[in-house]
Amino acid sequence: MWIDRLLQGLLDTLLMVGVSSLVALLVGVPMAVLLVTSDKGGIFEAPALNRVLGAIVNLFRSIPFLILMVALIPFTRLVVGTTYGVWAAVVPLTIAATPFFARIAEVSLREVDHGLIEAAQAMGCRRWHIVWHVLLPEALPGIVGGFTITLVTLINSSAMAGAIGAGGLGDIAYRYGYQRFDSQIMLTVIVMLVVLVAVIQVGGDRLAKGLNKR
Amino acid sequence: MSQARALKAPTAHSTPALATEQVLRPEVNQAHVRFIGLGKTYPGQAQPALHGIDLNIRRGEIFGIIGRSGAGKSSLLRTINRLEQPSQGRVLIDQVDIAPFDENQLVALRRRIGMIFQHFNLMSAKTVWQNVELPLKVAGVGKPERQRKVRELLELVGLTDKHHVYPAQLSGGQKQRVGIARALVHDPEILLCDEATSALDPETTASILELLRDINARLGLTVVLITHEMAVIRDICHRVVVLERGAVVEQGEVWQVFGAPRHDVTRTLLAPLQARLPASLQGSLRASPSSQSAAVVLRLQLVGEPQLSELFTDLGGTVRLLQGGIETIGEHALGQLILAVRGSPLGTAQLLERARRWAADVEVLGHVD
Repeated sequence: MWIDRLLQGLLDTLLMVGVSSLVALLVGVPMAVLLVTSDKGGIFEAPALNRVLGAIVNLFRSIPFLILMVALIPFTRLVVGTTYGVWAAVVPLTIAATPFFARIAEVSLREVDHGLIEAAQAMGCRRWHIVWHVLLPEALPGIVGGFTITLVTLINSSAMAGAIGAGGLGDIAYRYGYQRFDSQIMLTVIVMLVVLVAVIQVGGDRLAKGLNKR
Repeated sequence: MSQARALKAPTAHSTPALATEQVLRPEVNQAHVRFIGLGKTYPGQAQPALHGIDLNIRRGEIFGIIGRSGAGKSSLLRTINRLEQPSQGRVLIDQVDIAPFDENQLVALRRRIGMIFQHFNLMSAKTVWQNVELPLKVAGVGKPERQRKVRELLELVGLTDKHHVYPAQLSGGQKQRVGIARALVHDPEILLCDEATSALDPETTASILELLRDINARLGLTVVLITHEMAVIRDICHRVVVLERGAVVEQGEVWQVFGAPRHDVTRTLLAPLQARLPASLQGSLRASPSSQSAAVVLRLQLVGEPQLSELFTDLGGTVRLLQGGIETIGEHALGQLILAVRGSPLGTAQLLERARRWAADVEVLGHVD
């Protein structure tokens, strides 16, 4: 039944987006903290490290996802043992999403008023106290907003992953809708995607707003 | 931790004994903070921000640092808790040079020195309670002690009903009270105030200054404050130093500096507090006398309570009082008089000289017909 197929597609999309965004969150936040704090005048000032990290982030961000996905095939095989299916898509999705999210989180962290860091130093905070008690909580609404954008971007990219047989809603829309001219399925998929994106966006916005006490 | 005697001058601290142990039991009457040949030059700047600063700040006093913007006040203040690293010279706190301190020692030092800021610098994502609690939390103080201490300090600053409010919902004065509570939570021995009232309206400024004076008197801590407003110095400081282009141009007891300012910068800073001629007279003031019968207008700064009748007799002629008042700084009465002297047998120069016998500072404002 094509209803089953749609549900399976939705599940695949959620799995791909969920896993890759989770990894992007766990790696991207520390990466963003490192980008901010290792910069000149930062609390863990290390200009050489900062430049290297910045260059890596820029490199991965400048490669279009479709090309990144193909270029990463050998690496993907190394990591998950296959180049086909949902898990094969998770690898390039994660590698594309992490630097993307790290840059957005970096902007929020940079916006934290320097006076707050100074106040924290003056009250006897150690540097990691400043990261944990000042930088992250103050930037949290922005980081949540950035994560929402990352999720939506990932849904978009995961459709492209259909090209390597990843499955998911994008794949179904492409195969049934575009290749077989089944506009009913295509429309259904589009509606599902719109609803999915809307739920994520509204949820993310609400959460960010709730966290923002300014 | 000095749990049992909260809000007394600190005798012990939550931080483990370090090389700073001797610092905690200083000899009384020694300079609390001492700057020796202090200089600071920022990279890429030709002019030093500070140079050749030699100063002693006494234990338990309220010490004011004043100067125009860019005079180096902020840099000087920040060398005390080493938010700013001096380029030359030394900063001694209780006779201990803080320059070689490593991170552990700095953290311990900063827990002995509270600081409040012009823009309050409260964590926006934390409630009032959490803001005040933060310094204790990062110092590893246990929860019961934290609760006791935070409650006590919020009571001290008069914010008992705002525990769970976020800073964004507070007025400027309330925010600064939270800042003060946060700065005092470790029972510091020194409180640094960085333009603490500059973002506040006059009424709130007065209440915050009152609170600072009260804290100084009750807890006996040394307060070092920077400001560009002479009124703040007048209202709460014991001693003052005037900075200009990174150097000390004048220092002393507040009443002395106010009563007899010696440097032009001090005079300029004092100008807003000085007695002024009524606007109607201001217009008719001339630089030189237009006729023999013209009156000389003098401004006198008086220290103490002078015998006016003798002063007037001394000046000769008829003396009219145009403006005047007395204010008390510490225990000292400082008077200002603006007089118009007409028909005196003395010339302007002689008149000035004669008036100097009575006044700490005299200035000829001009002549009126």
